[in-house]
Amino acid sequence: MSTKTQLLVGTRKGAFILESDERRRDWQVLGPFCETWPIHHFVQAADGTLYAGGGNAWYGPSVWRSDDNGGTWSQSSKGMTYGEDEPKVTAIWNLTPADGILYAGVEPAGLFRSEDGGKTWAHTDGLREHPSRPEWQPGAGGLCLHSICPHPTDEKRLWVGISAVGTFETTDGGQTWETRNSGVRADFIPGPPPEFGQCVHNLRLDASRDASLFQQNHCGVYRTDDGGRTWAEITGGLPSQFGFPLTIHPFDPATIYVIPHNGPEQGRQMIDGHAAVWRSRDRGDSWQRLDDGLPTRNAYLTVLREAMATDRHDPAGVYFGTSTGQVFGSADEGNSWRLIADFLPSIWSVEVAQREG
Amino acid sequence: MATVHLPRSLVTLFGDEPPRLLEIEAATLADLIEQLDARWPGMRDRLCEPGPQLREHINVFVDGERERDLDTPLSGSAVVHVIPAVAGG
Repeated sequence: MSTKTQLLVGTRKGAFILESDERRRDWQVLGPFCETWPIHHFVQAADGTLYAGGGNAWYGPSVWRSDDNGGTWSQSSKGMTYGEDEPKVTAIWNLTPADGILYAGVEPAGLFRSEDGGKTWAHTDGLREHPSRPEWQPGAGGLCLHSICPHPTDEKRLWVGISAVGTFETTDGGQTWETRNSGVRADFIPGPPPEFGQCVHNLRLDASRDASLFQQNHCGVYRTDDGGRTWAEITGGLPSQFGFPLTIHPFDPATIYVIPHNGPEQGRQMIDGHAAVWRSRDRGDSWQRLDDGLPTRNAYLTVLREAMATDRHDPAGVYFGTSTGQVFGSADEGNSWRLIADFLPSIWSVEVAQREG
Repeated sequence: MATVHLPRSLVTLFGDEPPRLLEIEAATLADLIEQLDARWPGMRDRLCEPGPQLREHINVFVDGERERDLDTPLSGSAVVHVIPAVAGG
């Protein structure tokens, strides 16, 4: 039996599946799915179900579900509300399946959970009851909850990342939350480092350890080994502190990948039109530029926060999608790259699914 | 019976695809949406915000008049058009 490798690509105009075999050389583009709705995030749950989340300007937010690998779809947002007199949920930014629960991070920032595969949703209201909530301000991408990191064994422990607000942790299943931003710079806020207001761009959990996370922030790349109580900056060696995605190698959690961009006021693009992914083999203590096969001239590409992922082959594949519709892939851990799809709509997310078949 | 016209972009969101043109016995717009939601679960969430109130970019015309109030009564011969606002890029 062969293993199909699928890239689940969320775009401004629909979800797409890019499909290949274990060699990951030739790719077929399937889609668009989800009636070309804007799809921020497109994921596969452990049971193989596909979920895609987004928001439509006319019909509101919804979570799409396919039980047959994209053949047919249903959608629902039942229960996805803060209440009649509260702000309206406009879009889903992140879907994270974990232990039979499907979490959804939404805009304006909040966390919902579904225990029936996305048919109905319940608000985790403890987060929006945090005393800091009245002071939350949107970043350039809006006030979105974009990162969800469930603890690998403790179902009551969870971290979330909110753009321009920061990282929060709950240890009681979402009833109460604490800020987790100590050591993270917020250069755009005058005065001493604030308790919150840090602009986390992407938060990732190292599931091989108890409470280790990495984040690409507006102001650098960071690592924590105590659940976010203290963060250490690991930007040194990178050409820029600014970027959006960060991903972790599937089997070697000391290996992480980022894509530095030129800066928030310089276009938020690859530096000097030179496309490159940067890899660390030592948890961010040192970095290596990877650009073999990537365009190194006149490539003013942007890669958004969810648009980089790894597969589970050996050697591991690494993929990223751009806001101009290209998908680049590496079948050798980032050492060499190929353009595997072009001319897609603006890409917001890339995730990997593997299927036997 | 009110005659109801639904947009293509709405009916394709449901697996058991509703017809674009249908007839429904309903006293008000709210009643009409309730019946649509009963037949195609989730349709109310696509048309209405919590409240409920019509979503900002969903226009409903009753006998040619744009109506926002869900308590708008429907006559036995009412013609209802659901039309998403024209926008995009």
